[in-house]
Amino acid sequence: MKDSVSFRLNGKPVRLDVDPERSLLWVLRTDLGLTGTKYGCGESLCGACTVVIGKEAVRSCLLPVKAVRGKDVTTIEGLEKGGKLHPLQEAFADTGGLQCGFCTPGMIMNAYALLLKNPKPSRPQIALGMEDNLCRCAAHHRIVQAIEKAAAGGAS
Amino acid sequence: MSGARPPLVMPPTPSETSFSRRRFIRLVGGGIIVLFNADLSDLMGQETRTRGYPTDFNAYLRIAADGRVTVYSGKIEMGQGIVTSLAQMAADELGVALASIDMVMGDTSLCPFDNGTYGSMSTRFFGPALRAAAAEAKAVLVMLASEKLKVPKEALRVEDGAVFAAADPKARVTFGQLANGQKIVRTLDGKAVPKSVAEFRLMGKPTKRLDARAKVTGKAQFAGDVRLPGMLYARVLRPPAHGATLKSVDTGGAARIPGAVVVNDGGLVAVLAPDPETAEKALAAVKSDWDVPKPEFDDRTVFDHLLKSGGAGQESERKGDLAEGEKSAVSLFEGKYLNGYGAHAAMETHTALANLENGTMTVWNSTQTPFPNQAAIAQAIGFAKENVRVITPFVGGGFGGKSGGGQQAIEAAKLAKVTGKPVQVCWTRAEEFFFDAFRPAAVVKIRSGLDAQGRICLWDYGVWAAGSRGAEQFYDVPNNLMRTYGRWGGDNPKMHLFATGPWRAPGANLNVFARESHLDVMAAKAKADPLEFRLRNTSDKRMRSVLEAAAARFGWKKAAGPSGRGVGIACGIDAGTYVALVAEVKVDAASGRIRVVRIACAQDMGIVINPDGATMQMEGCIMMGLGYALTEEVRFSGGRIHTRNFDTYEIPKFSMMPALDTVLVKNDELSPQGGGEPALVPVGAAIANAVFDATGARLTEMPMTPERVKTALAAVRRPGTPP
Repeated sequence: MKDSVSFRLNGKPVRLDVDPERSLLWVLRTDLGLTGTKYGCGESLCGACTVVIGKEAVRSCLLPVKAVRGKDVTTIEGLEKGGKLHPLQEAFADTGGLQCGFCTPGMIMNAYALLLKNPKPSRPQIALGMEDNLCRCAAHHRIVQAIEKAAAGGAS
Repeated sequence: MSGARPPLVMPPTPSETSFSRRRFIRLVGGGIIVLFNADLSDLMGQETRTRGYPTDFNAYLRIAADGRVTVYSGKIEMGQGIVTSLAQMAADELGVALASIDMVMGDTSLCPFDNGTYGSMSTRFFGPALRAAAAEAKAVLVMLASEKLKVPKEALRVEDGAVFAAADPKARVTFGQLANGQKIVRTLDGKAVPKSVAEFRLMGKPTKRLDARAKVTGKAQFAGDVRLPGMLYARVLRPPAHGATLKSVDTGGAARIPGAVVVNDGGLVAVLAPDPETAEKALAAVKSDWDVPKPEFDDRTVFDHLLKSGGAGQESERKGDLAEGEKSAVSLFEGKYLNGYGAHAAMETHTALANLENGTMTVWNSTQTPFPNQAAIAQAIGFAKENVRVITPFVGGGFGGKSGGGQQAIEAAKLAKVTGKPVQVCWTRAEEFFFDAFRPAAVVKIRSGLDAQGRICLWDYGVWAAGSRGAEQFYDVPNNLMRTYGRWGGDNPKMHLFATGPWRAPGANLNVFARESHLDVMAAKAKADPLEFRLRNTSDKRMRSVLEAAAARFGWKKAAGPSGRGVGIACGIDAGTYVALVAEVKVDAASGRIRVVRIACAQDMGIVINPDGATMQMEGCIMMGLGYALTEEVRFSGGRIHTRNFDTYEIPKFSMMPALDTVLVKNDELSPQGGGEPALVPVGAAIANAVFDATGARLTEMPMTPERVKTALAAVRRPGTPP
C-alpha cells in the first residue's frame, strides 16, 4: 500500500508516494534516481549502501523508507557543495582510497559519520569505525590514510 | 545449471575483421586516426590462434578537430587503473596534456574487438601498441605541420598539443588545426619509435586516478546505475543446488501481485516489476519443486575426489632424471598442499540492463569480456551480432570473476525481448555466490630431495585442478618433473560440480603456496636460513634481486626456522613480474588466530608507467591475499552452496591490516610487465612460513583458519615437548 513519506534528503525536503515498507536503498536508487548508494549484499554486511541519517551511519538496504520520516538523510550526492568536494572526497581522490569505486560512496559516508562524532580519530579508531565496510579491491591502507588526511584538515 | 555457461570466448566469424574495420572507419568521422593491434598471441599462444583472434587491429586512437584525443579500446576499467595509465601513455607519446585524452572503453559499437581484460595484459601488451600508435599519430601531425609551416620536420618540436618551429616558437600550429578537415587513416606499421624512458614526461610519474572524482561523488556509473524510462527489475527463479532439475513450477501466486509480470520462457522463469522489492515479493510467491542429486562430496572430501578424477595428467616440464635426483639426495621430502574453492566476491554483483530499440539490443553490462558477451547474447536471443551492443560502464571489481559467459546479460536480454521493456538483472549476493565461477579447489603434491651441499637435487611436482601458472621452476634443480591434472578453467568436467574460472593470478596462489612452503620445509631440515636457502638455490638474477630487496626493506635477520620470531619469506613470478614478500605474524595459540603484523614486498615489473598506480595494485594484492590465505573458503555439499553472503565468506577487513611496505625494484631495461596480480601470489606461503617460524607448526591447507592452526599446533606439541 502506498503512503506519503516525507523527509529531508541532502538538505532538501522530499515527499514521496511510496510503499513505506520498501527499503531506503532501493527508493533512493529507483524513485529518487540517486544511484551513488550501492547494493552490495542486501543484509547489512558490506556497507556499500551506507547513508547518514542525522549523524549516524546507517545501512540503507534493510531500512524501510518509513523509518526516515521527518529525518535528515545525507547520501554521497549530498557531500559536494557548490561544485566543491567535501574534504573526505578530496582526500579519497588524492590518496587513492579507491580502486573500482563501488564501495567508495559507502566508505565515504561511513567515514563522514565517524568524523562527525570523533573529528580527530586515532588510526585504530578509524580501523574500528570502518571495520564493517568491505572493499574487495583491498584499498584499506589508502582509505585509512584518506580519513586521516581529511581529519587533519578538519573535515567534520 | 552447471555446465550451462557459454564458453569463455565465442570465436568471431571469419568476416568480422574486415566488417569491423569498414564499419569503424565509417563511424569514426574525421580527424587523424591510427588503427593498431595489441598482439596478445605471445601470452595466449595456441588458445588465441584457435579462437580466431583478429590480427588486423583491435583499438584505435583519434585526434579530432577540437584537439581532443580519444583512445578507443575494448579493454574495461574495473579498478585496476588502466583508464589512467593508458591515458598517460597516449598523452606522453603524443605530446598533449593528460586532460586532452578521452578514454572510450568496452563499448562493442565504438571499440574494435578485444578478447577481454584479464591476465595483467593491458599494460604489457596493449600498452606498447598504444604507445606506438600515439607515436605514429605524432609523426603524421609533424609531417602535416611541416607542410603547413614550411619548416623541415627535423626543425619542429611538439609540446602540449601543438607543433612549433624550434627556432621560432611563434611559427606554431595546434593538433586541432592540423586534424581539422582531415580524414587520415593509418594502420600501425611499427616504424614509429616510442619514447625511451629518459624521454618520459608523464609516464613513470605518479599520477592521480582520472576516475577518482567521478567515484568519490557517486557519479561514476556502474551497470546497475543506468536508468531508462519504464524499466523493470527482474528476479529469476534459481535452483536450490547445481545439477538440480525443475519438476514443477506454479507462478499463479506471483502473477496476482500487483505490478508483477511473470515470464516463463524456455527454462527461464522470472518475475519483473517496476521496483526490486515487488519483484522480490513475487519471486517469493513462486512455488517450485526440484529434483536435487544426492551429494557425492563436499568441501572436506573434495580433495580426494580431485585426486581420483584427475586422470593421467599432462607433463608441463621435464628436466634431468628423477631417479638420478633421488640417488644424489641425502634427505627426501613429501608434501601435500590444499586449497578449497574461492569466490571472487566483487562488491558489485553481476548486473545488466537490456533495452531493445529499433531492432538493436543494447546491454549495459558488468563484464570483463564485452565482446565475447556480445556474441553470447546474440546467440541466446537469435540476433545477428551487429544488432547487439554491449556497453561496459565502470565495473565494480572483477578479479577474473566477470570474464565468464555473461549469464546476467543473457537473462536481461531475453527478458527485455519477451517483455518489450528495458530490464535490469542485478544478482543478489546469494546468486553471486551461487553462480560465481569459483577458483577451483585444488591439490599440489611435491616429492623433493636435497643433496649433501643443501641444494635441491629432485623436484617431482603434481598439481590437480589449478593448472601450472606460478609453478614454473626457477630454482636451479637438475632433476625436475611437473605434471598438471586439470586446469583452473575446469577443462576436466569430472572434477567440479559447478563452474570454475580464473581468480586473480589463477592457480598461482596455490602453486606458490605449495612450492614456497615446501622450500621452507627443506630449509628447516637443512637448518638453513630461509632467505639464504633460496639464494643458494637460484641463480636467477631478477629473483635474487627482489628477494634481497624485500629482505632489506623488512630488516631480515638470518636464522634457521623455527626461530620463534614469526617471520616468513616467499617469492614467485607472475605475468612477467618478479616478486618477493616477507611477513611477520603473531599466532594466538588459544584461539588459533593468526595476526599478520607487518609485510614488506619487493617487485620488479620492468618499466613502471604509473608508480602510484603500481603501488596501489601491490597494496591491494597483499591485502586481498590475506583473505585467500586466512579466511576465504566456499562451503558446499554436492551442488548445494552453503556460502551465501559475507557473514560466512569473510574477506579482508580493516582489522586485518598489517603495516605495509612496498618496493618497486628499478628495472628500466625491461618493458612494462604485469602489475595487477603478482604481489598476491607469495602472500599465503610467506604467512605459512611465518607461522612455522613462530610455532614450529606447518600449515599445508589454505585458508589457514583458527581451527586448522589449532590442529597444526596440537600436532607439534607432543607430550613431553615444550609448546
